[in-house]
Amino acid sequence: MHIMEGFLPPAHALGWSLAALPFVALGVRSLRRQLQAQPEQRMLLGVAAAFSFTLSALKLPSVTGSCSHPTGVGLGALLFGPAAMVPVGLVVLLFQALLLAHGGLTTLGANLFSMAIVGPFVAAGLFRAGRALALPLSACVFTAAALGDLATYVTTAIQLAWAFPDPAGGFAGSFAKFGAIFAITQIPLAISEGLLTVLVVNALRRFNAEELQKLPLFGQREAKA
Amino acid sequence: MKLRNWLILAAVVLLTVLPLWLAAPPAIGPDGIPGEHFGGADNKAQEAIGEIAPGYKPWFSPLLEPASGEIASLLFALQAALGAGFIGYWLGASVTRERLRREMNEKLNGKPAGSEAAPTASAQSGESAAHAD
Repeated sequence: MHIMEGFLPPAHALGWSLAALPFVALGVRSLRRQLQAQPEQRMLLGVAAAFSFTLSALKLPSVTGSCSHPTGVGLGALLFGPAAMVPVGLVVLLFQALLLAHGGLTTLGANLFSMAIVGPFVAAGLFRAGRALALPLSACVFTAAALGDLATYVTTAIQLAWAFPDPAGGFAGSFAKFGAIFAITQIPLAISEGLLTVLVVNALRRFNAEELQKLPLFGQREAKA
Repeated sequence: MKLRNWLILAAVVLLTVLPLWLAAPPAIGPDGIPGEHFGGADNKAQEAIGEIAPGYKPWFSPLLEPASGEIASLLFALQAALGAGFIGYWLGASVTRERLRREMNEKLNGKPAGSEAAPTASAQSGESAAHAD
């Protein structure tokens, strides 16, 4: 899902960076508020960040014959709200861009947009919708994390198709190409991420039920269930 | 509950291992050499950009590149280990806290730890809470 350094034309690189900027500000404010109100949640935020850190380092084989990795941002989006995952995703992407030459600084805005903005917001939205429909909690967590992951990779395909439209097929032709590389590869990995997120949420409910109750998106609905 | 968690883990392992057999071997390129099997999707995208826009030149290069593939895998392992270490610490601390809390409750209720109702009841309440969906 990382668009490599220098592989977006300058106008696109700048555009995605500007588009991501307000979300970073929103995320920092949201995190500061939550931690000021409940400093004891720091540990849980660490777990959400660690989950993303670990999962995004695991490059797994897929049925398309290439390797990709989960993003792990769905868990944090369910616990702390989608905005909170923007700064967390920024830290993960910066680590990889600066030390690993994986992704890049010029493509940071675009990568941030797909992984730390679209992914978490899709995950949180689906989770909310699932809870409103009174679906089982595990099903909501799985769907949110898996489809949030997939949405990230579809976004990357859109970003690349927009920057590099096919000379013959235009945007659609190009999107089909990048979609085959990213989105199809990601389907089994998204399922894995969904399952792993369910495991961590199971552990949370078993050992940290009280902390879970205090979380905005999770707690109240969990209490009602 | 435990069984379900093990089944979930088994499913993740299967999803990771099965592609190694299921994925078709890469097509033989114009130079007669087959493409890289299980290469990174990011690199595949880079190749696709080369096909769609052959004239495109990346206009910025990474400030710091790992000295070799070995160093890159070291840093990736470090990234995974930092995260997994933290999650492991949290899980261990949570399990211990839960156990201490249960023992404290038993003590406060005046029931000896080995009495017939207390340990099973608390174990069951934990399980049923986890089953609450």
